[in-house]
Amino acid sequence: MSNFMYLFRGGENPSASPDKMQAQMKKWMDWIQRLKEQEKYISGEPLQPGGKVVSGAKKIITDGPFAEGKEVVGGFFLIRAASLDEAVALSKDCPIFESGGSVEVRPVQIINH
Amino acid sequence: MSDAVVHGLVDHFFRHESGRLQAVLTRVFGLHNLELVEDVVQAALLQALESWKIQGVPSDPAAWVYRVARNKVLDVFRHQTVADRLGPEWASLREAAEPNPIDRLFLPTEVADSQLRMIFTCCHPELPEESQIALTLKTLCGFNVEEIARALLTSEANVKKRIARAKRKFLETTIEFEVHAGESLKARLDSVHTVIYLLFNEGYSSSQPYELIRKDLCGEAIRLGLLLFDHPACRNVDTAALLALMLFHAARFDARLDPDGGMLLLEEQDRSKWDQELIARGVYYLSESASGQEISRYQLEAAIASQHSLAPSFRETDWDLILALYNRLIRMCPSPVHELNRAIVVAQISGPDAGIDAIRSIDGLPTLQDYHLLHATLGELHHRAGRQSEARNCFNTALQYTSSPSEQRLLQRKLQTATL
Repeated sequence: MSNFMYLFRGGENPSASPDKMQAQMKKWMDWIQRLKEQEKYISGEPLQPGGKVVSGAKKIITDGPFAEGKEVVGGFFLIRAASLDEAVALSKDCPIFESGGSVEVRPVQIINH
Repeated sequence: MSDAVVHGLVDHFFRHESGRLQAVLTRVFGLHNLELVEDVVQAALLQALESWKIQGVPSDPAAWVYRVARNKVLDVFRHQTVADRLGPEWASLREAAEPNPIDRLFLPTEVADSQLRMIFTCCHPELPEESQIALTLKTLCGFNVEEIARALLTSEANVKKRIARAKRKFLETTIEFEVHAGESLKARLDSVHTVIYLLFNEGYSSSQPYELIRKDLCGEAIRLGLLLFDHPACRNVDTAALLALMLFHAARFDARLDPDGGMLLLEEQDRSKWDQELIARGVYYLSESASGQEISRYQLEAAIASQHSLAPSFRETDWDLILALYNRLIRMCPSPVHELNRAIVVAQISGPDAGIDAIRSIDGLPTLQDYHLLHATLGELHHRAGRQSEARNCFNTALQYTSSPSEQRLLQRKLQTATL
């Protein structure tokens, strides 16, 4: 088993009705529940929009630039899977695709000491 | 009427929080800023969805949403142009500030108070009835335009028009965002009851083909009724009786359809499927309504519904009492539809021909000509009297006047029985 990170990009439909939001919420919770039951889920955090960017040798702090809309990372999961193929397969049930978002699946680098 | 709790969120959490937040924020931004209110509420709910979907629902989701909404209000205040356009309501709130007027607005009692203000505003007599219902669904029940159009069987363009008309009124006239006191409260409460009653009927008796939407509308009407009842000034005879009436009907909701979705008549329904808890609550509110001297229209209707709900079987129904109640109801509130219902009771007591006579003498019978239940009732009475070809004619006429699939199934079934 190896660890993988799912990076979620793109937000929900901004004009969704409250009832649609709740339906979408339920899909996410059901998906996480399935990952947990298969012992694939490790942890996950949402990210707030905005923040600061520190860059350059002078360590200049700016309010951006941040990617917009579809490119914004809204959160991440850490999951456990046998292979990249399995991690990708598991990501296909993510409800984010219904609102036009994407999942970037990245293997966590393992360093043997 | 509620389904299972989903992962720490009650049914329709987002929808009902949307209603609460719109009411609270209207006290901040004013009725003339309803669009801004909607935008801020939508943004707060979206933020909740974005966070919770990844990390799960917090232990007190409502408090979480309020915190986000409060911060979004403060963001709006930073734009001076908006702060300058706020209503008088906000000015008085700000003066009473202790320590922060916004936080005070999110206290449970203030949230309930804001929602009552919203009910009275949506049901303001200066708004056309169509606008009242659409606006109630939007601002109090958290439906969006598409959902309102589906619920009311009309187009989205129509719903937008109805809501726009109401918003224009808010700009043109000085409709206050408040709950009246004293005598004027009584009159205003009457129009609130009417809107809640219409909303319930829209779900219970409309030709709406989707059972879920029908149930939803009935559930919302009951929720608004409870909100009124919880406020001492609005807890009058009619509020309690209206609640009782809705609960008795709601108790029969699931028993009204056969497995194929066809409507079942009262006498065909499996009474063990009636929701006894809702009936018990109906009885409670009916007794709560019985405190005054006078009898109201809603009390009589609730009393009739209670007789049906409490009868052990169709045969053992107290038809004489129900007839007496209908007679009083018609004296107080003459209506051809009430008379048609009374005729059914007459037929139950004195036979189908007496029922047909009662129908023929309905005051304003011509107004019922395109009402499918008139013809369906006549068909049933002719069928019972053994006149099958007349019965079939009536059932066929009834079919022309209903677009509801469940009513159509019932009528088709009736047509088949009327063959001997």
